[in-house]
Amino acid sequence: MGVLSLLLTLFVPLLGAIAVLFINKEQSKAIKSTAFVMSIVTFLLSLLLLPNFDSSNPTFQYVVNQLWIPSLDAGFRIGLDGMSLLLVLLTTFIMPIAIASSFSGIKKREKEYYAMLLILQFGMTGVFVALDTFLFYVFWELILIPMFFIIGVWGGKDKIYASIKFFLYTLVGSLLMLVAIIWIGLYAKDPAVYGKFTTDLVAIKGFIGSIPYDIQVWLFLAFAISFCIKVPLFPLHTWLPDAHVQAPTAGSVILAGVLLKMGTYGLIRFNLELFPLVSSHWATPIAWLSVIGIIYGALVAMVQTDVKKLVAYSSVSHLGFVVLGIFSMTVEGIQGAIIQMVNHGLSTPMLFLCVGVIYDRRHTREISEYGGIARVMPIYTVLFAIAMFASVGLPGLNGFVGEYLTLIGAFVSPVYNNTLFAILSATGVIFAAVYLLWMWQRVMFGTNDNPENQNLQDVTKQELWQMIPLVVFIVWIGVYPGTFLKFTEASTRALVGKIEAVNGISPRYNSLPTIQKASHQHKQSDHKSHNGADKHDNAHPSTDSKPHK
Amino acid sequence: MEQYNFFGALPFVVMWFVVQLGILLEVLVKNPKRATFLYSCIGLGLVAISAIIVYPQSGTTFQGMINFGGYVSFFDILFTVSGILTIIAARPYLNNAEFEHDEFYSVVILAVSGMMLIARANNLLVLFIGIEVMSVSFYILSGYFRSNIRSIESALKYFLLGAFATGFLLYGIALMYGATGSIEYASLTTAITADSALQLYFFLGVALFLVGLCFKLAVFPFHQWAPDVYQGAPSVVTGFMSTAGKAAALSAFIPFSLAVFQTPIAQKYQLILAILSAGTMIIGNVSAVAQTNVKRMLAFSSVAHAGYLMMGLVSSNTAGLQGILYYSASYILMQIGAFVVVSVIEKNNSENLEFSDYAGLSKKSPYLAGLMSVFMLSLAGIPPFAGFFGKYLLFTSLLDSGFLWLVIVGVVSSVISLYFYLGLIVQMYFKDGNDTELPTETGIASITLIVATIGVVLLGVLPSLLVNTFTFLPK
Repeated sequence: MGVLSLLLTLFVPLLGAIAVLFINKEQSKAIKSTAFVMSIVTFLLSLLLLPNFDSSNPTFQYVVNQLWIPSLDAGFRIGLDGMSLLLVLLTTFIMPIAIASSFSGIKKREKEYYAMLLILQFGMTGVFVALDTFLFYVFWELILIPMFFIIGVWGGKDKIYASIKFFLYTLVGSLLMLVAIIWIGLYAKDPAVYGKFTTDLVAIKGFIGSIPYDIQVWLFLAFAISFCIKVPLFPLHTWLPDAHVQAPTAGSVILAGVLLKMGTYGLIRFNLELFPLVSSHWATPIAWLSVIGIIYGALVAMVQTDVKKLVAYSSVSHLGFVVLGIFSMTVEGIQGAIIQMVNHGLSTPMLFLCVGVIYDRRHTREISEYGGIARVMPIYTVLFAIAMFASVGLPGLNGFVGEYLTLIGAFVSPVYNNTLFAILSATGVIFAAVYLLWMWQRVMFGTNDNPENQNLQDVTKQELWQMIPLVVFIVWIGVYPGTFLKFTEASTRALVGKIEAVNGISPRYNSLPTIQKASHQHKQSDHKSHNGADKHDNAHPSTDSKPHK
Repeated sequence: MEQYNFFGALPFVVMWFVVQLGILLEVLVKNPKRATFLYSCIGLGLVAISAIIVYPQSGTTFQGMINFGGYVSFFDILFTVSGILTIIAARPYLNNAEFEHDEFYSVVILAVSGMMLIARANNLLVLFIGIEVMSVSFYILSGYFRSNIRSIESALKYFLLGAFATGFLLYGIALMYGATGSIEYASLTTAITADSALQLYFFLGVALFLVGLCFKLAVFPFHQWAPDVYQGAPSVVTGFMSTAGKAAALSAFIPFSLAVFQTPIAQKYQLILAILSAGTMIIGNVSAVAQTNVKRMLAFSSVAHAGYLMMGLVSSNTAGLQGILYYSASYILMQIGAFVVVSVIEKNNSENLEFSDYAGLSKKSPYLAGLMSVFMLSLAGIPPFAGFFGKYLLFTSLLDSGFLWLVIVGVVSSVISLYFYLGLIVQMYFKDGNDTELPTETGIASITLIVATIGVVLLGVLPSLLVNTFTFLPK
């Protein structure tokens, strides 16, 4: 039943898109309700994944392995582990909200719009469940088309610039990934390795360690650049603010809620799982970039005059935490990163929905246009406050859990071995409080002297019900994150165990380091850096073998 | 080996009758336009069916002059299908231009027969005859609008340069014959390894022959004729020339390259092909970026695609050949589709061809805009369309033979190409057009468009359907 519901979760949105395309374009109501019902059905189907899911099992579950292109051993291979389960659920959960939030805002070409949203959902779900690098790539690229149209057709003033920038940025990255995927497939052709060209992720995991180290570095970078563009990691983030500002509300909701998570998901699924040794060696530079991203994103957000742009830059900052957590290579860090992905996927969409609410009423997002809104829109103010505090990381709401865990991870991380990362990143939390609270204060409080703001209507029932489910989960994760963390714990522990085994570093996650432990760690890492080259040779006897083609 | 295996040669025998009867038909019937149109479609259909019948066979016949089965049949099917698609799309197009004459269809059939001869040639002279039959038909077709100055310019340019290139080709054949005493592919290689004193003549012959083929394929640096000719020729003809014509040149290029790979110059030859391929991709895509005319953009993009196809020649391993065959098939579908959309929107043979004329097409005709987007995305190599899988195969084969730099050139030029393919989509969907009416009536050209679209999507989602039939390739 799990397999069936996985297949249905993947394909029902596609069927929905086709169904929507067959409705007469005059029947706006039928189009909307079909799209909405389809997304709700998909959500319910995805809930059926839960009962049979064994969270103590670190391997993939509900696996479907069907050969697709036999000559290249590309297969329709899908399956779930804890992380993909959470992200699939996040996708199916966000979609109905995104669709509902478009009912009032999208007036032109509704048929194409809802079809695009559903195709987008198909692609995103596919990315999270694919266990075949070729299939993964196909889904990864498939997303570009609907998102390109969503920004380009239904976007704001500079939509063309933003949509093309989005497309080109992502495509450049993903073509690098494609070359890496092909290279790995060809490496497998060697009879001593696998015997045939393959893109089967599980098989690849079996032999990837035997690739010479210096080539692994190139492969690692090809994957990492592709994913870091999507995350986006500083300095590859410049497409994001443009895309967010120009996209319609639902586009931003999906972009922030799910699309960016594909990047961080890829970092864990491919970079960490396939190249544990290279990852640990490249962790420090990547961590620096994430720290810069955290602080830079926050500082830039602070000076924004456009609310939506502010939220967009806050994403750059928040996803810096996720990447920092991932490359800390500790159970806390990675668990924190995964839960932070979910958190960001809940609180940022809610912020965008909130921005959408006032934008629908006033058609401006300039902070200076507002002030004293709290008096005319009290419920809205509360909702906005929840989203904002969740995003800031107030204890009791979800953001705190994720940031706390990633910071612990960064603090105790044996690969960083430098508490500076955690210390510097922690300032990002403070900055987040500054820019969000400041913005909120300027919009909500003060005197309401702009005559256009005097009679603003408070959130409608529809808008309220789009946000209530988000609030429920924001509080739930904030109060009892264990419900969600338990899904990923087994697979994260297995992953971290593997990384530690490859690197020969001792586990360090059971307690915070004492001074003695820390100095011990120092010595060990000194040893590591001095004899780095020898170590690779030991770990990989095949380094000296002639380069493969 | 039987001397005359008429069953093996069946597709060409059928083709011969179709061509001969087609010429007679015009004088025999009352309404020759309609009759020739129907006759051409049915005739090409019969040829395609006979090619399918011979598909499982393989061998050589007619005293070793022509091959049959497998590889040849595959190309036969490609040529006939693109011929049929072109003819169907041409009827409403020529009607709109008020210039429908029955000889158009006959010449298309004649061109297809030339292509078929190229694909089955096992002998350089047979190959030459095939290339000439095809080229002469193309000269006529590109100047078909004989009252339109651009069309005449196109034909004249094509003829003059083409005749020149034919000279190279023939001279190359003569030198190779002089060096080896043979004009059969197979004996070229054995002869050359036997006597090394004549190698210089042989290499010179190969080089001149290569120039001739590169001209026909519009490969850099012999591509300059392509944009002008493709722009001036009637749109459906351009679609036909730039697809089936290229596939025909490739069908000769493949066995020729495989033969040269057996000689001592294999490595140099491979490097030359790689450089030509890289240059073609870069020049084609970069030039296309600067175009404001859709037809010219597609012309340059077809130059670039010749570069992609040549990547498979560079590697010349099984995956590379699979890639060429697969990509030729998908390229024919998407490029003909794109040109048919252009031909529907075109007015008076040279109007409505600018990018800006396509602004807001998605409102004026969501159908045409949607199909055009599919063709553009497929040409750009975005999954799940056929163009993506073709590139995937070609890149795979190249990496396998160690040409990482060429793969990177291919990848970079693919990114560049996105600019203009997406540019057209941007015009169609994101820009609000002016109020001028665009002709969006497709008539029976819809058949071509729908077949092409279904092909592009189906081949993209289920590439095995086609790849599994390539059993004739070496394992």
